[in-house]
Amino acid sequence: MMEAKNFQLFPETASSIANQVDALYVFLVLVSAFFSLLIAFVVVFFAIKYRHRPENGPPIAHAEEEHGVGGMILEIVWSVIPLLLSLVMFGWGAAIFFTESRPPADSMEIYVTGKQWMWKIQHMEGAREINELHVPIDRDIKLTMTSEDVIHDFYVPAFRTKADVVPGKYVVEWFKPTKIGAYHIFCAEYCGTKHSGMIGTVYVMSQADFDKWLGAGGGEGSMAEQGQSLFNQLGCGNCHPSLVNDNNGRCPNLNNLFGSQVDLKDGSRVRADESYIRESILYPQAKIVAGYDDIMPTFKGLITEDGMLKLIEYVKSLGPPAGVVDRATPLPVETSTSPNPSTHMLPQGKTAPQPKTAPRPAPAPQGNQ
Amino acid sequence: MITATQTAVKEKNYINAEDGLMSWLLTEDHKRIALLYLIVVTGFFAIGGLFAALIRIELATPAGDLFDSNTYNKVFTMHGVIMVFFFLIPSIPAILGNFLLPLMIGAKDLAFPRINLLSWYVYMVGGVMILYVLFSGGVDTGWTFYTPFSTSYSNGYVIAAGLAIFVNGFSSILTGLNFVVTVHRMRAPGMTWFRLPLFVWAHYATGAIMILGTPVIAVTLFLLVLERGLHIGFFDPAYGGDPILFQHMFWFYSHPAVYIMILPSMGVISEVISTFSSKKPFGYTFIAFSSIAIAVFGFLVWGHHLFVSSQSAYAGMVFSVLSMIVAIPSAIKVFNWTSTMYKGSVRLTTPMLYAIGFMGLFTIGGLTGLFLASMGMDVHLTDTYFVIAHFHYVMVGGAILGYLAGIHFWWPKMFGKMYDENWSRLSAVIIFVGFNLTFFPQFLLGYMGMPRRYHVYPPEFQVLNVLSSAGASLVGLGFLIPLTYLLWSLKYGPDAPPNPWGATGLEWQTTSPPPKHNFEITPVVTHEAYDYDALYKREGGHVG
Repeated sequence: MMEAKNFQLFPETASSIANQVDALYVFLVLVSAFFSLLIAFVVVFFAIKYRHRPENGPPIAHAEEEHGVGGMILEIVWSVIPLLLSLVMFGWGAAIFFTESRPPADSMEIYVTGKQWMWKIQHMEGAREINELHVPIDRDIKLTMTSEDVIHDFYVPAFRTKADVVPGKYVVEWFKPTKIGAYHIFCAEYCGTKHSGMIGTVYVMSQADFDKWLGAGGGEGSMAEQGQSLFNQLGCGNCHPSLVNDNNGRCPNLNNLFGSQVDLKDGSRVRADESYIRESILYPQAKIVAGYDDIMPTFKGLITEDGMLKLIEYVKSLGPPAGVVDRATPLPVETSTSPNPSTHMLPQGKTAPQPKTAPRPAPAPQGNQ
Repeated sequence: MITATQTAVKEKNYINAEDGLMSWLLTEDHKRIALLYLIVVTGFFAIGGLFAALIRIELATPAGDLFDSNTYNKVFTMHGVIMVFFFLIPSIPAILGNFLLPLMIGAKDLAFPRINLLSWYVYMVGGVMILYVLFSGGVDTGWTFYTPFSTSYSNGYVIAAGLAIFVNGFSSILTGLNFVVTVHRMRAPGMTWFRLPLFVWAHYATGAIMILGTPVIAVTLFLLVLERGLHIGFFDPAYGGDPILFQHMFWFYSHPAVYIMILPSMGVISEVISTFSSKKPFGYTFIAFSSIAIAVFGFLVWGHHLFVSSQSAYAGMVFSVLSMIVAIPSAIKVFNWTSTMYKGSVRLTTPMLYAIGFMGLFTIGGLTGLFLASMGMDVHLTDTYFVIAHFHYVMVGGAILGYLAGIHFWWPKMFGKMYDENWSRLSAVIIFVGFNLTFFPQFLLGYMGMPRRYHVYPPEFQVLNVLSSAGASLVGLGFLIPLTYLLWSLKYGPDAPPNPWGATGLEWQTTSPPPKHNFEITPVVTHEAYDYDALYKREGGHVG
């Protein structure tokens, strides 16, 4: 929490992954403490026990008793034990990392754009925030992030997770908040003069409070709706059929495109994810869909990163619905990643899971706590 | 020979063999070049240390009250650039390695004396360029120069700084080349590979990394200069480049560079612990080959700096497991050093105190490296003060304590003078205590999430930062004391005998300081390194 205290020794633990990271940390600390103290104790003990006494004359050289089989056994023992321990550290760390890099399929999606020196947040429902992120407790939250300028890094210590926010591509970070409260967002990748001012706050709220908050803000319509206006404004629909399931033959149909496999002119296949859509808008000649010509002009310089995210969200809203295809998850999805299955349940037991591809999900009806 | 020099009053040695400034500036004597390096490298250490002091003063309070953010960013950048490229990388190899490598293998000089002098001049050119950057306004990219910030957004002297490091790199390459060829070609009769002192093995491995790794950073910085100056797109997506490519190229050198900094220090520690235990190092071949293993595996772990950079998770796994494996040779060294003391005859001289301090701090530095090699842990810890604490435990607790151990160990050989043992032990203790007070709290800060390179920070981090700043002032004091008594010893210190510590290396069989050509007669090596029995028979046990 962020009360003004000036001393603290351990961070807040406020996400499903945080306990797993803390458990690994405790293991690493114990192993390190054991070996550090062992070395320190043995060195000090030897320094005292075998100290040279000047009254006994010059230091005595010792016969070489150590280089027999015993020496070799020792070398093997103190190579193999650290190796095994370090492989445990590797495996444990990799397991957590893979959990962290696979957002659950039904995650709530939020878009983040970093720029010197602020965080711009867009909710699918249309609400926008700067340097603040409101999220409901006990929901899997997936952030799709990019940068307008340099590399930033979206870091929430209380969630034990961070990811570099890289210009020119989309990166994903997900977490499941488990504790209501306000937590720091830090930019963790050095980004210039006001790097240390590029901070913000995550507010973890009850589902009811979150719904109220979401309902209060944003009169501009959902991201997909805003994306549709932008789509029309830029004249994309003149060539790309989208609203109806027809094909006028000039440009690829965008219906049910997102997440599908696209055959390209050069014979290769590509998955239509966020990065593919972005590239196709900015560098249309990079990947030509099989059966079409290289006729699309670039829209580079005409669309902001925020606008790009809206367009992508619009393309997503054209289907197919989530769950039909594996959406924009960099790795195969496993649903059993939560250490505690019960945390999958919504706390009030009243809120139905919301279909996340609906352009504007209706807030689930429920009473205040 | 030895008994004769014992009684000699003032013989001609490498220091007084020739007079005049030009005899120093045009010298081809590896020992004189080592002293040229010593003077300049110490100067850069002082500048880098001054910036460290400014950082710690600023961070004593959460608000930014000493500098504005722009200045603070330049201060930590200059601290990093100067300490890494102009102090840590040249420190032990260019000073102690230069001085000792030929002496230890019984040679008159390095294989290429003129190239050795050239490498000092190249270093000086790079040094002057970085001073130009410093005095004309500095650079604010951090020592890592990440793109596209450095190429398209920074307002500092990025091109000049990049070129300074580019030029400086050639000094490293030339030194490494000289070392490798010297070890292959210049060994005295009877000095077989497995009679080489472990210091030589460590420098051989270091030389190989310098030759193989440094060209990559030179290329990387050159591309960076091209992109910033001419907008040729390599790294900035706005020009069609890939910012992560820079990180791969940068760390392909800069991770092995960590081993350029620590391996020579390990070589020093092997010599010091053996000498002051009067015992052959336990597991000589294991220590020797662990240096080579570190040099080889060190080239395969760079991706552990990129776990959160959007690198593929599968690539991350490979780098993670290799990073775990590269820790094993270091563990082997620590265990062998510890066992060397077993049943030894341990003398707690100043170099030995530093070596013991090294073992403790390097162990902590190495173990906390495992935290960062473990991917799930690294996601939380990377780019926080945990990383800062970790690499200062390795770089200061390891590399610099090893450097100080070495300077104190070979000072009598280099200058023929003994320093004050009480002051030197006192300062070793002050540095050890101050160091831990400075950097241990930073592990806690890092786990709490304080990001690195933060000019202002939330108030809950203050108490630990104040402790860290208090420790830093102790460290500063600890570094001023040796500067004083070492300089004092040059004029007032008692003359050093050829072998004041009872050490076995060939460098201790010539005079202190050595004559211009190192040995009156080329030594013939008939014993293994660290043969203390033979030494005592030969010298009649007068040492100690």
